[in-house]
Amino acid sequence: MITVKELTKRYARNTAVDHISFEIQKGQIVGFLGPNGAGKTTTMRMLTCFLPPTAGTAIVAGFDVLEEPMEVKKRIGYLPETPPLYPEMRTGEYLEFVGRLKGLSKAELSKRVDYVCERCSVADVREKLISKLSKGYRQRVGLAQAIIHNPDVLILDEPTAGLDPKQINETRDLIKSLAGDHTIILSTHILPEVEQTCEQVIIITKGKLIATDSVSNLQNRARGVESVLLEVAGRNGDVDPAAVQTRLERVKGVSKVHFKEKRQTRNLFEVESVKDQLVRGDLARAVVEAGWDLNELRPSAMSLEEVFLQLTGDPAAVQAEDAAGKGASK
Amino acid sequence: MRNVLTIWRKELRSYFVSPVAYLLLLMFALIFGFFFWNIVSYFVYEGMESQMRGEMFPMNVNERVVRPLLSNASVVGLFLIPLITMRLFAEEKRTGTIELLVTSPIRDGELILGKWLAALTLYGGLLLLTALNFVWVFKYGNPDWKPLAIGYLGLLLQAGAMLAIGMFISTLTKNQIIAGAATFGICLLLWVLGWASGFETATWASVLSYISVTTHIESFSKGVLDLKDAVYFVTLTFVGIFFTARSLESLRWRS
Repeated sequence: MITVKELTKRYARNTAVDHISFEIQKGQIVGFLGPNGAGKTTTMRMLTCFLPPTAGTAIVAGFDVLEEPMEVKKRIGYLPETPPLYPEMRTGEYLEFVGRLKGLSKAELSKRVDYVCERCSVADVREKLISKLSKGYRQRVGLAQAIIHNPDVLILDEPTAGLDPKQINETRDLIKSLAGDHTIILSTHILPEVEQTCEQVIIITKGKLIATDSVSNLQNRARGVESVLLEVAGRNGDVDPAAVQTRLERVKGVSKVHFKEKRQTRNLFEVESVKDQLVRGDLARAVVEAGWDLNELRPSAMSLEEVFLQLTGDPAAVQAEDAAGKGASK
Repeated sequence: MRNVLTIWRKELRSYFVSPVAYLLLLMFALIFGFFFWNIVSYFVYEGMESQMRGEMFPMNVNERVVRPLLSNASVVGLFLIPLITMRLFAEEKRTGTIELLVTSPIRDGELILGKWLAALTLYGGLLLLTALNFVWVFKYGNPDWKPLAIGYLGLLLQAGAMLAIGMFISTLTKNQIIAGAATFGICLLLWVLGWASGFETATWASVLSYISVTTHIESFSKGVLDLKDAVYFVTLTFVGIFFTARSLESLRWRS
């Protein structure tokens, strides 16, 4: 449904999106994941023909965004970060206006407005001025606006941003229920959101695509492991990291030990274990009984990208991320 | 065409749900009404005076009432145009609704035309209100209707040009006030440039006065349909609309 090849957007001073390629099948919900400023909005704007790409191609619903923008625009529904509402209009009136704008015929128009009002549960505010609506309602009117012409592709930019937890759940359910009829891309910087709503995930950061994978793959791997960071030092002088590693691997429930780095006499290990197996006590005991010092033991708090990278175990991407991380820490 | 109509209807609606349209109608009606009263009273006074002096040649209503009224209306219009155009694009950019319009399957040209026509329609409404005053002139006097019609055509052409320019300025900013103030400045400039030819006879003065709106509205107010003045306004309109289109396009490359 969507094919993106080497898509790039450069501004005078920076590159917002850097050679991104991915493909999305019909009927999928795809999460576009990345920290703020990663280039999510820019990519979406290029897919909606709002911004022209500097280089590369994007084919949406069978049409190139540069060659045939009109055909693309007919087939997409777009909800920008702030819903594009006219406060002086009433909900129903606004939806009719958007319907006309999207080219619905008179006969279809009232039917579709009825339908989307029902679908997005905004029927009870149909006669209300949009300026009087709560944030949650506005977001739903925004969604209703996006699906009014029954588009093949739905592009939603942070559809749950700024909502309260109850509204977030409602919006997620709504988006999920739309998935059968539309191909959906939604952007977010919240990992659980992707886990709950999406089937496929595309991760970008600093304009670069880090990885794409299915969410079920990601979850399967995430379910299996828990990871702990251990810092071990010798009583007097050096310890042999290999010895520590073999000792740690012998602890029951540990699946993998990864020697991360050595700082002077201290050695940092990352230990993966099966979830819900309480290995921390055993780990501590093992280290102390072997006569080493245990300086630190903590669950490894990982950034969103690290979680994903560790889960997918993509070495090239890990390296890229490490390089990026070092660049950032400087 | 359907899309133009959709945009036109939406724009007109938003003029009339906010106080803007009513305020403009009220202001224009009041100011024009005052001019009308003033000029007609003077006309009557002069008429009586010439009768007392025993002068019997008839006074021309078109010359003495219609013409000054129309040129006054033209100047008042210049002051109201920024209020009509300032929100056209600035507001869409501020609230983000421009993203909806631009990602919908309508052409930029249709969007621009719809907005421009809506603004022109509102201005036409203002003019229609002033036309009510002339009902009295027709009732008690015997003016020629053709120069009056040409005068109104001139006002409409002038408005079309200035509205297009105001619309262009509105695409440049997210801030209505800035768009309004800049448009107001340009309108004012286009009015006063005409004064240059008053005391100076050099070429630059005549060029400046050619640029001025008032120079070109003059003949219309007189009731003379001069092609060269009509061309001036139509050209200005096209320039305004053309620049609006280019600016809208560049919005996407820049933002």
